[in-house]
Order: sequence, then structure tokens, then C-alpha cells
Amino acid sequence: MEPIRVTFWNVPHWAELGQYGLGFLAVLIFAYGTWRHVRIWRRGKPETLSGSWTDRVKNFLLFAIGQKKVLRDPYPGVMHLAIFWGMAFLLLGTILATVDWDVTHLFFDYQFLKGPVYLIYELVLDLFTVVLLIGVGMAIYRRYVTKPDRLAATVTPTFPLDSLYLLGILGLIALTGLAAEGFRIAAQNPPGAAWSPVGYGLSKIFQVFPHDTQLALHFGFWSLHGLLAFGFIASIPFSKAFHLFSSPINILLRDAGPKGSVMPVNELGASAMTDFSWRQLLQIDSCTWCGRCQDVCPAHACGFPLSPRDVLMKLNQQLVGMTKSTNGAKGNNGDSLHGTIFSRDELWSCTTCMACEETCPVLLEQPRLLVELRRHLLNTGGMDTEVQDVLMNLQRYGNSFGQSAKARAKWTKDLGFPVKDARKEPVEYLWFVGDYASFDPRVQEITKKTAQVLHALGIDFGILYDKEKNAGNDARRIGEEGLFEMLRDGNLKELESAQFHTLLTTDPHTYHVLKNEYGFPRKTNGESFSPAVLHYTELFERLMVEGRIPVRQALNLAVTYHDPCYLGRYNGIYESPRRVLNGLGARVVEMPLNRADSFCCGAGGGRIWMKDLPGVTERPAVRRIREALHLPDVSVFVTACPKDYAMFGDALKTVGAEERLRVADVSELLHEAMAIQAEETKPS
Amino acid sequence: MKISVVIRQVPDLIEPLTINSTGTWIDYEEAMFLVNEYDDHALEQALLLKEAHGGTVTAVALDFGDVEETLYAAAAKGVDRIIKIPYTGEKSPSPLEAAPLFAPVIASTSPDLVLVGVQSYEELQGTFAPYLAHALKLPYAGLIQGVEAAGEGFVRAYKEFPGAAKALLRVQLPAVLGILSASKPPRYVPISRVRAAMKEAHFEEQEGPLGEPAPGIHVKRLFYPEVSGRAEILEGSEEDIAAKIIQIFEEKGVIS
Amino acid sequence: MSARDIAVLAELHQEKIAPITYELLGCARALAEAAGGDVVAFLLGGHVEALAGQLAAADRIITVEDPALAGFSPEPYLNVLENLLQTETPRVVLLGSTTIGLDLASLVGARIQAPVVTGCTRLQLAGEQLTVLSHLYAGKMCAEVEVTRLPAICVMLPGSYRERKEGGRGQVEVRPCEAPLPAGAVTFEKMIFPEAGDIDITQQDILVAVGRGIKQQENIELAEELAEALGGAVCASRPVVDQGWLPTTRQVGKSGMTVKPKCYLALGISGAPEHQEGMKNSHLIVAINSDPKAPIYDIAHYGAVVDLMDLAPVLTEKLKARKNV
Repeated sequence: MEPIRVTFWNVPHWAELGQYGLGFLAVLIFAYGTWRHVRIWRRGKPETLSGSWTDRVKNFLLFAIGQKKVLRDPYPGVMHLAIFWGMAFLLLGTILATVDWDVTHLFFDYQFLKGPVYLIYELVLDLFTVVLLIGVGMAIYRRYVTKPDRLAATVTPTFPLDSLYLLGILGLIALTGLAAEGFRIAAQNPPGAAWSPVGYGLSKIFQVFPHDTQLALHFGFWSLHGLLAFGFIASIPFSKAFHLFSSPINILLRDAGPKGSVMPVNELGASAMTDFSWRQLLQIDSCTWCGRCQDVCPAHACGFPLSPRDVLMKLNQQLVGMTKSTNGAKGNNGDSLHGTIFSRDELWSCTTCMACEETCPVLLEQPRLLVELRRHLLNTGGMDTEVQDVLMNLQRYGNSFGQSAKARAKWTKDLGFPVKDARKEPVEYLWFVGDYASFDPRVQEITKKTAQVLHALGIDFGILYDKEKNAGNDARRIGEEGLFEMLRDGNLKELESAQFHTLLTTDPHTYHVLKNEYGFPRKTNGESFSPAVLHYTELFERLMVEGRIPVRQALNLAVTYHDPCYLGRYNGIYESPRRVLNGLGARVVEMPLNRADSFCCGAGGGRIWMKDLPGVTERPAVRRIREALHLPDVSVFVTACPKDYAMFGDALKTVGAEERLRVADVSELLHEAMAIQAEETKPS
Repeated sequence: MKISVVIRQVPDLIEPLTINSTGTWIDYEEAMFLVNEYDDHALEQALLLKEAHGGTVTAVALDFGDVEETLYAAAAKGVDRIIKIPYTGEKSPSPLEAAPLFAPVIASTSPDLVLVGVQSYEELQGTFAPYLAHALKLPYAGLIQGVEAAGEGFVRAYKEFPGAAKALLRVQLPAVLGILSASKPPRYVPISRVRAAMKEAHFEEQEGPLGEPAPGIHVKRLFYPEVSGRAEILEGSEEDIAAKIIQIFEEKGVIS
Repeated sequence: MSARDIAVLAELHQEKIAPITYELLGCARALAEAAGGDVVAFLLGGHVEALAGQLAAADRIITVEDPALAGFSPEPYLNVLENLLQTETPRVVLLGSTTIGLDLASLVGARIQAPVVTGCTRLQLAGEQLTVLSHLYAGKMCAEVEVTRLPAICVMLPGSYRERKEGGRGQVEVRPCEAPLPAGAVTFEKMIFPEAGDIDITQQDILVAVGRGIKQQENIELAEELAEALGGAVCASRPVVDQGWLPTTRQVGKSGMTVKPKCYLALGISGAPEHQEGMKNSHLIVAINSDPKAPIYDIAHYGAVVDLMDLAPVLTEKLKARKNV
């Protein structure tokens, strides 16, 4: 007899009808539940999608199907993939079975689940059921025995023990399925039974039961399996399991433009759930509560009152609450989200380093949510006076230091050669220096060295002198969108009237907004204005490849390189600085958290202007220096960002490790390796 | 409570000021302007009182310096009425010239309380706040660090005294108070709000008679003071400097 | 009294003569010695007759006692001063640039129609002409003012003149208040003092002062260790106290305490005029500030242009090592 799938074997007709009936009911409930979610998303503010659909589909394949980010953590990665692929194959199996019986068999009297096809089908399904069970087992072990911090949620958005429910029901579906199969094989003894290894093995055990009992138990487990499966399907929209649908949809509709965009939804920021955009509400609904964002958050690691996981889960809980109420769905009792579920300190703790977004398996944009919430605080005076003072300084003087704009180019005075004024003459590279590089006394020394290096390399560069203003990155991330626009427009006016080929900058924050947030290409005087933007490490790499950097004194040092958040995670520039360092004769030894895993210095998002928060155990920069101190032989901590240079210099002093390590900028090392003499700094 | 606030523009000191051709005052052409810090506090105190107890706030300013910027920010902060006094003088009026200029305009707002910054660093011939009180024939107290309502027709004001002490004053309204600092620092108003105010806000204009300059007093010259007696700067590494400091302490009998 | 006298409004603080009064007397004596006339001190308050003897630098001390003058309510003071100035007709009236002086000066000037000059640091009197040197624009600029209409009221900046505690005839006149003084619309209720339980920095011989340059609250520990090694205490400029890093009882400056320690070690303090007012008479001022142009160097005796974060620990260590030897 040919092996063939006998669907509804040993199932009385009423049960067969019942199965279709319940199945239909389950799908109805599922549809209703899903509709409730969609209805909530639609209550969000409008948002247009950015980026191309090609990129979006690519994201979907890589991250939704391929689960690429999930595997960043090995144990949970394997665990989730086991559950994911286990369920995927079982679902596929059910679909095939349905088509086989209710389409081809019903209409064309033909079944394809027969013969070798059927046997392979059975084998694959059995194996993947085991895979599923292994995954579930790993998950239960992890959640209830290992108990990692990031799973210790303070808030359960849907209902208590939802996670256990999900694991439990999937496990039970698998087990009841295997049991039914075992009893069927025991009773039916079909050909090729060994192709269902688990079922076959179970059937051997079940031989102890008399035939009638086997039939009865088969039907019992079959029914139970069906009820559990339908119950699960119906419950999906009401439990954590909904992420099965919301997360892939979110990945597909993800912003595919430049990374880390914080385009505002509301001018006044968010104080209620409906102040977020529909896409943000979808994101909140897609959070899987995995807690990876909390694990990588530098603020959380250092004792700040912020956990990105909790932010999402609290918002998720609010979303669930919205299904119950029909009004604007603010926080508890119609109050604002602020002061009820979010504290000010919590929201101001974020440095916008994007480690959370980078690691999130379902591509959530946590920083953007935080900035939206911050904008509300900013509009209602909910911030420190220090920040207010800085914002006033940015407004009045175009810099965060409260110094006169005329003092911006003071660093050029003792240089030994004049720096071209890009406002007055054409230059090849317009060097947008940045606030910290221009005004902070420690960083000014680096800026001078950078200028000397550029001069020694014969690079034609100029600066905007007094007319340069802060590029606006941090103002925007604090939530002062109006100030960002003011600064941007002021800078654009100067840039558009200057003559240059390329924008050069030493500051990654500046780099990021110039490249991605100044709206290039722009229409200026009927022409398209879209300058190339280079970070100085990119320029140095280029020159090094062209052989234009004379290394007179190779460094012969072991160094470690700190990836700036806004250069690395935000703009994908990891290798250029390393190649430059290698080219200078340095051996780059990596810290454990390197490249996309880099640990923020703590200055971003305006935090450098804010006072320390109580409860902070150690500042992020200090923690990072300690990480570097663990590397044997490394004597230099290399930075490529002015704020990093300032923060890590301070941190080194706090730790008291100046004997073992020094903080040096890439320019400094170039200066040393090129052995630039004083004479070379005179005008040629 | 109806509160009127005077807002003055002063030159920004971030860049050195240029002295005019006669050498008797500064040249305002070159200067950047900002709101007088104490007037900013006066405005904040007025808004705080309005938020706590209701009422209206009217801001009165001279059309001088970058006053429009300040007034739009004031509108964005919640000021109800803004009155600009036309002024064509080349320099800020002295306190005695300004008091009669402001008094009728402020009187026309029938205020219960008038708040003015207690000083501005441009004042030389007395201070404006008490002269304004005198012109309005209202009582005055200055160097006030916070105002609270205290029942019908009264406020409580805290007057600064040395040693971080404060005198609690009971003030019967109407009165003029010279503000040193508000109960809270002046609020920040986001640029988007100021832009919105620029579209909606409307300034009234009201004239007043410029007062006579004070008789018998004139500025002969304005100049930069010489820096005298600068410190002896110790050089060297931190080790060297620390050693030198200890030596100085020993010599002067600070440590034995 | 002739129309040649120099009048001084004596100020009280917590029932004692405030130091500014002695400076005003110093100025008045200098004027009288150069241009003639008596130095007349006006001493107003609740119980002041016993204090009159301390104003021995004045030739005449006119005391007015009244319960209405016990705390500072403007109207009673104005009333008394107006009356005094009608009977006594001085050429110049000196007030301190203080919370009392600033309130009264322009009000008196308006009532008796006398010119008022504020921010004064130097006066010269020759016949009926008074030449005044005044500071404005936060101390950045100086004005030379000629006053030809007398009496004139001059509001003196603290620290402009040396104190004088004797040198006058010291003749005391008690002026009773015949009619009850008008209370006025602004009445003094009580004085509120900062919380006690902290040290009195005005009694310390050695002060280590921290300013904005200290940057973070934790760094104050460095100053405290240094202060301990020196046997002194930590005080601060206004910005540090505003941040809440130290209590108001540690604040030095115009709105804080005035101190005159043997040694004032200023770490990361720029030396704004308001701060200088509170410590410029310290016997030894050493300033550590990484900005070579900081105004503190104008009044410091010694300075070092280094980062206080680098210097303070080194200094502390050396001091400790010294003690152990």
C-alpha cells in the first residue's frame, strides 16, 4: 500500500465538521483581534514612508525571514530560530495538508502527500517538531532557571505570565501532535512509519495499550491538539504572540532612509499615545520584550534610570489599554504619559547612541520615540537650567559654549600659517570645524594639529570663521526642532554662497547631520546643491591609499580604537580609521565592544550639557576606559571625535590611569608619525 | 492680579563695547543687544504669579535694540498685552529720562503690581526702578528674590540681605517691586513657539514724554579701566607650582 | 551744620554696624580732609544709641531710634532721611551699594531732587564740584562723572575705600521722633536666615573656594581634601551653590557672605565683580584658573594658569607629606 496522508483518519464526521467550524471561529477571532490592533495604529499621526521599497523588501528578507539580528546573541539566537523555524515548518505542513485534502483531493480527487513526497514530509515535520520542542525547552530553561536580567520585566503589557503561556501552548501543541501521531502509528501501522522517527518511537511505547484504547487516545490527543492550536490562533492578537505578525510588518514598513532619523511627528512632542505616528504605534506593538536593548544601553549599564526595554514595554502596555478605551488614550486616568509612566530623568538619560536600535531584532527605533517624548518636556520647561542656558547660547551665539561667535576661530592664531577664509575665497575642502573642536581648550590642541597635518599634506582647505554655527545635531536630539532648523538654515546660507568641492569635518555629530539631515540635494539658484561630505578619517584613508602621507616615524604601538556612535553605528564608517592607524604603523587591538557594539562615551543627545544624575554608579566614559585597560600592551586609546576626546581624557584622570594609557586623536597620531616640524607649519 | 512688567534692552557684553566719538558713552551701532537679565526675571515672576493666581501680564518696552526678538519671546511665554514705546534716541535713556516716559504708559494699564528689574548694568545716574515708582506715586522695594500672592490686595516679597538671608516684606498693592531673581529661573521658550508668536502676536504702541536729563550731572568720559596689580603668575609643572604655593603659605604664616 | 558736610548713612546688619559703613566713613573722611566740612553719620534703627560710639570716624553721629525703624521698611527710613536732609544740608550723601542703599538712594534723590550716581568707586570734592568715578557694564567700563548740583547722593561700591573706625570728633546727637513714623505700604515682617547646622565661613582663617571650573559635584571632594590638609573649609561662588552642590551658607559674594580670611584659595573661579565683592579683602588670595584672562587675577596676589583638577590633588599630597615628616 502506498504511503499516503489519510487526513481525518479515526475522526468521526461530527468532529471533522467541528474542526472546520472551530477553525473558522478561531480565524474570525484572530481577525477581530488583529483588526483591533490595526485600528489603534490608525489612531496615530500621519507619516510618510521614506526610502525605497527595494531596501524595504531586502530588510524583510534579511531580518524577518533571515532573523539576522537575532543571532547576535548565540544562545537566545539559536533558541528563537528553533522556535521560529519549528513553527514555520509546522505551519507550512498544515497548509500543505489543507491544500492536499481540501483542494486537490476535494476538487481534483488527487493527493500529492503520498509516496516518497509524503515520507519526506513526515520526516521533516517530525524533525522540526523536535526542533521546536528543543527551542521551547531552551527558552523555559533560560527564563526560569538562568533568569537573565533583561527578561526580568517590570511591566507585562498584555497579561501576567504571557511569556510562559506562549511557550507553554507551543510546547503542548507540539507534544499533543506527537502523541496523536504516536497513537495513530501504533493503531494504524502504516507503511513507512519509520519515516516519522519520533512518532514511530512513541508508537512502540504505545503498543502497551489495547487497540481500542489507542484509537480513543489518538482521537483524544488529536482533538486536544486541534483545540490548543485553534485556541492559540485565536489568542494571538491578545497576547505577546502578536509580534509574529506585527514585527514582520514593522520590518517591512521600516524607515529605509539614513539611520537614526528623528524626524518629528509633532511639533510639540508626544504626551499621549495618539501623539505618536501610526508607524511608531506599530513599532511599539512589535516589541518582543526580548530586552536586548537594555543589555546594550550604556545609560542603563551605568545606573541611569533608563531602560529602553522598559520604555517600550510601558508604551506597549499603554497600547493594550487603548483597546479598552475609546478616547485619546493617555496614560493612567487620562493624564499625560509624563510624570505617570515616564520620569524626566529617565527620558533625559538617553545619549542617542543607537546601540538599542542597532541590536533590536525587529528593527525598532527607540531613540526616535525618546526624542519625541523629550520634545514635549522641552516645550513645557521640563529640563535642567543648564540645558536651557545652552539652548539660549546656541540661539544667540550659534555655539554651546556661550562665547562670542568671533572667538570661534581663535585657535587659528598660533598656527604659524593662515587658514583660508572659505567665505571669501574658493577652497577645495570646506572644513566645518564644530563647537567642541573650536572652543574647548583641550580639543583646540587637536584642531591645531589637524590643521598642521592638512597643511603639511598640501590640502587646500578653509573654514567659515565666525559664520559657522553649531550644526544642530544635539539641539535636534534634545527636542528643539525649531533651533535645529534655525542653525541648519544659517549654516546652509553660508554653505550655499561659499565655493568648495567637499565638506570636511572632524566631528561625527556634525558629519551625521551635514550628510543626512541638511536635506541635500537642495535646489539653490536653480541648481542642485549636494556637496560631498567627508569625515577626516575618510580623507586620511584616501590620501594614505594614494601614498600621499609620509610616515617618517612609524608608530610601532599597540593602540585601541573607539568607534564614535555617530560615525560607526549611524554612518557605517568602521574601517577607514583603522586602516589609517595601520598605515601609520600601529597595531590595532580591539576592545570587546567594537564597531557596531561600541560603548558610548556618554556625551551625545545633549547629555554633555546636563548634570549627572544621582544613582549613576560610574560614568559611561569611565567604564569604557576600564574596558580598554584590560587590553594588555595597549598604550593609546584612539578617538576620532572631539567630544570623545574630551570625555575620555576626563575619564582617564578620574580612573587615574595616565601612566598606562593616553588618549590620542587620529590627527595627533598622524602628526607624530609624520614628525611634523615647526618649520613645516610656516606658510610655504 | 494685573501685572505690568518693564523690559529693557542692554548691550551684550560678550564682545568688548566700542566707545563713541565724543568718548562720553558707548557706540550702540556696533553692539548686539539682549534683554536685561533682571527684567527677564521680572517677566518670569509676573508669569509665575499669573499661573498661580490668574490675572493678566502686560509687558512694556522701549523700541530700542533688538526689542522685537525679546517681545516675541515674551508673547510666546504667555504675556497677554505688549506695548512698545516709540523711541528715536541714540542711546538708552538715563533712569531720570526714562521714568516719565514709562510712567503714563504703565499707569494706563491700571496695574496692581509693577515688576521691573532692580538694576541694569547701564545705569549710572541712579536706578530706574525706584524713579519709576516715584513717578507713578507708588511704593517701592527692591532686590526682591521672589513674590507670592498674600490675600486680597497684598503680596509677600522676599528682599535679599547679606549672608544669604532674606527679609519677608508685606506689600500692599498697588506697588512697584525691583526684581533681583524670580522664584524660578526664567523659562526657556522653544523657537517653534516664538515663530508661532511672530505670526500671531500684535504689539500696541503708546507714546510717553521723554524726561529731562538730570540737571547738574554729566558724564565727562567713559573709558576702559586699567588693569592694575595683577597677580604674580607661578610657572612650571603642577609639582613645581604646588611646591611654590606651599612656600608662599609658609612665608605668609598660613601654615606652620 | 554747614552746607559743606559729608553725610553717611550707617547700615546695620543683625543689630551690628555693617562693615560697609566703615568704608563709607573712610570715603567721607578723605573728602572732608581734602575739602573741609564735617563727617556726619546718620544712624537709624530700633536700638542704636549704644552703637553710636563705634562710628568714631564721624565728627557727628545723629541717632534716630524708633520701633518702625527696627526692620527695614522703606517709608519710615525715607521719611526720617528726608527730614534729616532738610535740617542738615550736606554737600554729599554717601550710601552703600547694598540692599538698603540701592533702595533708598534713588527714592531720596527723587524726593529731594538731588542727583544720584551709582556704582561709585572714587570721589573728589572741590568746592561745589564733585567728580565721581563709577563702574558700569559689570565692571568692564569706567565713567568719570561731574556733578555740579549739590547735594548729590553717591552709592559706593564695597571695597572702594579703606575702613575708618576713628579720627572724628565722635559727637553724638540723639534725635527723637516727634510724630509717629508713617508705616508705608511696604512693611518688614521678619528676617529669614539660611538653615544653621553648617560652619560659618566668615570665621574661617583658610578658605578653599570652588567655582564653575569644578565642573562636577564629585570634584568638590578634591577641594574638601585640600581644605582638610590646610586646616580650612570649602566655600563656593554663586553658580556652584545655585546647582545645589553646596549649601547657601557656603556662598561667597554679593548675595552670599563677605569673607576676609588669612588665605583664600580660589579654584576655578573666574572672579566676576559680584564674587570679588565678597572676598577681595582677604589677606592672601591665590587663584587657580586655566583661563589666563580670568578677572580673578586682577585681585589675586598669586596665580597659576593650570587645570585645578591637576593641581589640587598634587597640592593636597604635598601638604599631607609635609605633616607626616
